[in-house]
Amino acid sequence: MRFVDEYRDAGTARALSARIAELCEPGRAYAFMEVCGGHTHTIYKHGLEDHLPPAVSLVHGPGCPVCVIPMGRVDDAMHIARQDDVIMTSFGDMMRVPGSHGSFFDANAEGTDIRMVYSPLDSLKIARANPDRQVVFMAIGFETTTPSTALTVRRAAAEGLTNFSIFCNHITIVPALRAILDSPDVRIDGFVGPGHVSTVIGCRPYDFIPRDYGRPLVVSGFEPLDILQSIHKLLRQLRDRRCEVENQYTRVVAAEGNPVALAVIDEVLEPRPDFEWRGLGRIPWSAMRVRERYAAFDAERIFAPPGARVEDPKACQCGEVLTGVIKPWECKVFGTGCTPETPIGACMVSPEGACAAYYNFGRARHRATEPAKEMSRA
Amino acid sequence: MCLGIPGRIVATVDVAGLLMGTVDFDGLTREVCLAYLPDARVGEYVIVHVGFAISMVDEAEAHRTLEMLRSMGTSLEAEL
Ligand code: SF4
Repeated sequence: MRFVDEYRDAGTARALSARIAELCEPGRAYAFMEVCGGHTHTIYKHGLEDHLPPAVSLVHGPGCPVCVIPMGRVDDAMHIARQDDVIMTSFGDMMRVPGSHGSFFDANAEGTDIRMVYSPLDSLKIARANPDRQVVFMAIGFETTTPSTALTVRRAAAEGLTNFSIFCNHITIVPALRAILDSPDVRIDGFVGPGHVSTVIGCRPYDFIPRDYGRPLVVSGFEPLDILQSIHKLLRQLRDRRCEVENQYTRVVAAEGNPVALAVIDEVLEPRPDFEWRGLGRIPWSAMRVRERYAAFDAERIFAPPGARVEDPKACQCGEVLTGVIKPWECKVFGTGCTPETPIGACMVSPEGACAAYYNFGRARHRATEPAKEMSRA
Repeated sequence: MCLGIPGRIVATVDVAGLLMGTVDFDGLTREVCLAYLPDARVGEYVIVHVGFAISMVDEAEAHRTLEMLRSMGTSLEAEL
């Protein structure tokens, strides 16, 4: 595939890893956080950690929207979906995320009408075809998917649809990064910055990271060579005592982002004063909600879900995984109680979740390097 | 849902004021909303998330990045 295969060349990857090793100062260890779940996926799928010298470690960040959705929101969605005449629509990734009484898939099996859609616009088709039902779209995601939700609402309004609304769970990456940087046990030397979020918001929203926290950030593409080059750029900044926002993904990310998308988001949605993230707790101004002007399309106003806070299951260590305190395989239930088929925590659900990515791609490799640990777990 | 992929626009169409298009992902085509890339043209590559194209792929920049990556490889070979 064009713009994909050429960024996977093994020979160039080997050359890059040699360059990376050269940049490491003897005796120094480096920890870089890849913010985005898409990067985590690539790292495990292509075994990129094998291309890094032992001095460089990767910390998997919070950038998987499915993984950070708290149980309480899943329960609220279920509450809405169970109302008479409601059809809920959802991305496939969301279907297996456990709430306190099971997932969307489980609810479906019990007769609740929850349908998978590829695009939020598909929900409008369902609404048009079912005028006597209320169609509610479970809106999730960072700034990559927020524009599609916002445009769908605007489209519904323009068409005069009266049986469509969204349950808005859109979140924003910058407040989460700030929360991580403010946490006392943070040990991160730099960030591999989100690529596709940045196509929408641009590169400037990250300026506070070098300025206020003294850490470099490199906006990165998603192919193996992109990520290796971004790590190389981070190390070069550290060696040269520079600290700035750089853009490795120039073929896709413009410094100013996508102004058309930003304008539509701003027309339909507004920042929410407070939102809970699984593993990170409450983060002020870290999510979006529907503006008053579009209140008729806001499932929270229409169905008033209970909004209860639900503690994560005791066995679940997703919070520690999401902040990089432990690696996925260090969770007590990893691969035993918690697998992609029977997830306990949400990091095991989406292919971008650190636990699922590690479970699907990383285990064999890990077994080779740490047999004793893996054996005792099995 | 977050794994956006590049595809090539093969057709564009206005659906009641909404710019839509057919995008080819290595032989697999999908209907994609192009409203966020009003200047997108047939033949150009776009990054698609959940049925919406959110960014163009800039061919000149793609080439520049590749050249840079390859030069890192060749300078190493020169040393060896
Ligand atoms: S293994 Fe499961 S419970 Fe443990 S951190 Fe990962 S997703 Fe959460």
